[in-house]
Amino acid sequence: MRRKHRRMGLLVVALTGVASAAALALTALEDNLLYFYGPSQVDEQGLSTGQRFRLGGLVAYDSVQRLDDGMTITFTVTDMVEEVNVVYVGIVPDLFAEGQGVIANGMLDRDGVFQADEVLAKHDENYMPPEVAEALEQAGHPVQ
Amino acid sequence: MIPELGHFALTLALALAIVQAVVPMVGAATGRAAWMLAGRPAALGQCAAILLAFIALTYAYVVSDFTVLNVVQNSHSAKPMLYKVTGVWGNHEGSMLLWVLILAVFGATVALFGNGLPETLRARVLAVQGAVGVGFLAFVLLTSNPFLRVDGMPPFDGQDLNPLLQDPGLAFHPPFLYFGYVGFSMAFSFAVAALIEGRVDPAWARWVRPWTLAAWIGLTLGIALGSWWAYYELGWGGWWFWDPVENASLMPWLAGTALLHSAVVVEKRDALKSWTILLAILTFALSLLGTFLVRSGVLTSVHAFAVDPDRGVFILALIVLTVGGALALYSWRAPMLAPGGMFRPVSREGTLVLNNLLLSTATATVLIGTLYPLLLEAISDDRVSVGPPYFEATVVPLMIPLVVAMAIGPLLAWKRADLSGVLGRLGAVAGLTAVALMFALYRTTDAPVMALVGLALAAWAIAGSLVELAERIRLFRIPLGASWKRAKGLPGSAWGLSLAHAGLGIALAGMVGSTAFLSERIQVMAAGDTVEIAGYDVTFEEVLQTQGPNYVVERARLTVYRDNAAVAVLEPEKRWYPVARMATTEAAIRTTMFADLYAVLGDQQPGNAAWTVRLYHHPLVPWIWIGSIVMSLGGVASLADRRLRVAITARRAPASAAAQPAE
Repeated sequence: MRRKHRRMGLLVVALTGVASAAALALTALEDNLLYFYGPSQVDEQGLSTGQRFRLGGLVAYDSVQRLDDGMTITFTVTDMVEEVNVVYVGIVPDLFAEGQGVIANGMLDRDGVFQADEVLAKHDENYMPPEVAEALEQAGHPVQ
Repeated sequence: MIPELGHFALTLALALAIVQAVVPMVGAATGRAAWMLAGRPAALGQCAAILLAFIALTYAYVVSDFTVLNVVQNSHSAKPMLYKVTGVWGNHEGSMLLWVLILAVFGATVALFGNGLPETLRARVLAVQGAVGVGFLAFVLLTSNPFLRVDGMPPFDGQDLNPLLQDPGLAFHPPFLYFGYVGFSMAFSFAVAALIEGRVDPAWARWVRPWTLAAWIGLTLGIALGSWWAYYELGWGGWWFWDPVENASLMPWLAGTALLHSAVVVEKRDALKSWTILLAILTFALSLLGTFLVRSGVLTSVHAFAVDPDRGVFILALIVLTVGGALALYSWRAPMLAPGGMFRPVSREGTLVLNNLLLSTATATVLIGTLYPLLLEAISDDRVSVGPPYFEATVVPLMIPLVVAMAIGPLLAWKRADLSGVLGRLGAVAGLTAVALMFALYRTTDAPVMALVGLALAAWAIAGSLVELAERIRLFRIPLGASWKRAKGLPGSAWGLSLAHAGLGIALAGMVGSTAFLSERIQVMAAGDTVEIAGYDVTFEEVLQTQGPNYVVERARLTVYRDNAAVAVLEPEKRWYPVARMATTEAAIRTTMFADLYAVLGDQQPGNAAWTVRLYHHPLVPWIWIGSIVMSLGGVASLADRRLRVAITARRAPASAAAQPAE
């Protein structure tokens, strides 16, 4: 009898703990999901200004410019169909280069320019972030 | 010739693994002593064969045998010897070979040192270990054979190893990590064997403990090495990114830590048995999941080197078979396990249960955050990622009560604790914490509240382990000499507990300090420019170009002044690897052990002799790795506990557990 009681008590505590953790996790998940869009999808989605998302695609050729302050960099992300202009302040990763895959986290400003707060470049010569490959494919330009 | 020999040895290992999986299991079931004993030579033979295969592949790398496809793709004749050798596991095929090698080594240790185990248990453990080996050897041979030759003309030179991986920190990160991942296979095999035997008792917990501990030490060091590498090599100064691949190693660590603690309850009090078995299965399941996530390339991750769906499906099938089978066995057999001892909520067991609840909930939230993007993508085509804020919002609140309980638990008695007596000792812990907090307040200005809470928790954990240790040696209550004598006589596991808990506190202080008190400067600098950061003046001197063994270097020289006296020279580099056509950033770090000054050389400004330079001041960051090492030392101390060694190597099993071979 006592053993059973003890067990029930433990079970209730455990379940309460798990339930509150699940609630905690799901609320946190809701607030912290970052959706990924390629340039074509950015157009279709009609994203509102100030909504954070991940933008991915290729860095367009001849689009990378460094502003005179030395810290601001602008470039264009393309999926060969649509383009989005990006502004980023900071040092870009080693692997960032024109013609290479890139992912940027940030949001669109009122002029439709993507204000990035983080720029991730693809990891090595053979590797393309899966989302980028997919976005290119959907835009009708699969990677060879 | 040598690669074919390696290939043959690997096939032989598969055959031996099949023998190891089947014969002792049947022997244990039918009571044939000779069949049970067959597991040992099979395990040793399997281990030797895989070792031979591993040596063969290493040889191919060392002599740069470019007729082997794997060597072509991942090596280069100009690469330094160290990275030729570590390049063996710097790629998918080689790392899986290392994986099965470690699996076989763990199996062989049971064959060699498991003399204290009852014969049937040992036979079944070896059989389960062998069965896991069959699956993964088949995986290597069928989908990831490292010994494939190049079709047609072998190339003149190789394609080189990813330069980011040509680094001592990362070179030794995978072996430690795999040692941990794969080491948990022992806990799994012991759990499944115990389910088949239908008995779990304190002796079982004592037998499984050394292997679980060894795996935990490996995983702790592996994770620490990986985060250290990310810290100095990726050039962002971050040490943890909640990247899926990092999460993949954190989950088995959390579950394995829970397992170590619940196994203590089984060992000392014969309680929580069914839960411990489940935890052992789940910990290894998470290790397998980690292998799957990293090796299948399903994740969006800067670490995902492998991109090959066939392999993913194969590993997934292995996971379903291994874990599904074990869980089915569990649901059938676990209810038959005899119920264990009782205890009150306020007792050592009570806090260990709390520890387990919190750690497993933390594991679950990390799991949800890691897998959710995959699930969503599978059902809706939406590509999402779960950012660090999610993990910080879920894991941190769970860690707070965990650390609070960490100092209290060891002070409580088993079964039923006397709260009033403990309160006195907790007062000492609180006092030490308050002193540490005062010091922190004195040293910092306008620290965020959460940072102070974090530092207080770190101090609480360290103080808790000091007070617990002082209690054990009766410090200041008996003469110092007598205390010293007691300290020398303390069992290894007592030192292990104190060191591991203090280590976590130290690491926690490092995490809080480096997150809350970070200073950062990004500046365009030309020769002679000076920038101030955290009380230092950093002057940009010059940039020189030189040549490394397989790369070219741009090296900047920055002089660091404190109160107008030069205290250090920082030389951050940008390296260019022509063969791989990749650049890497080598940060320069000056550490005082209390803080790091961290410099990164960015790009040259177009058309003039100025460079972007990034400087960080990271207070307490080295403590993260110091703490991890202290934690691992705790594991080692506990592993060295004489009582454990006796348990493994004793010629005769303890009377309570001596199994009768059925005739």
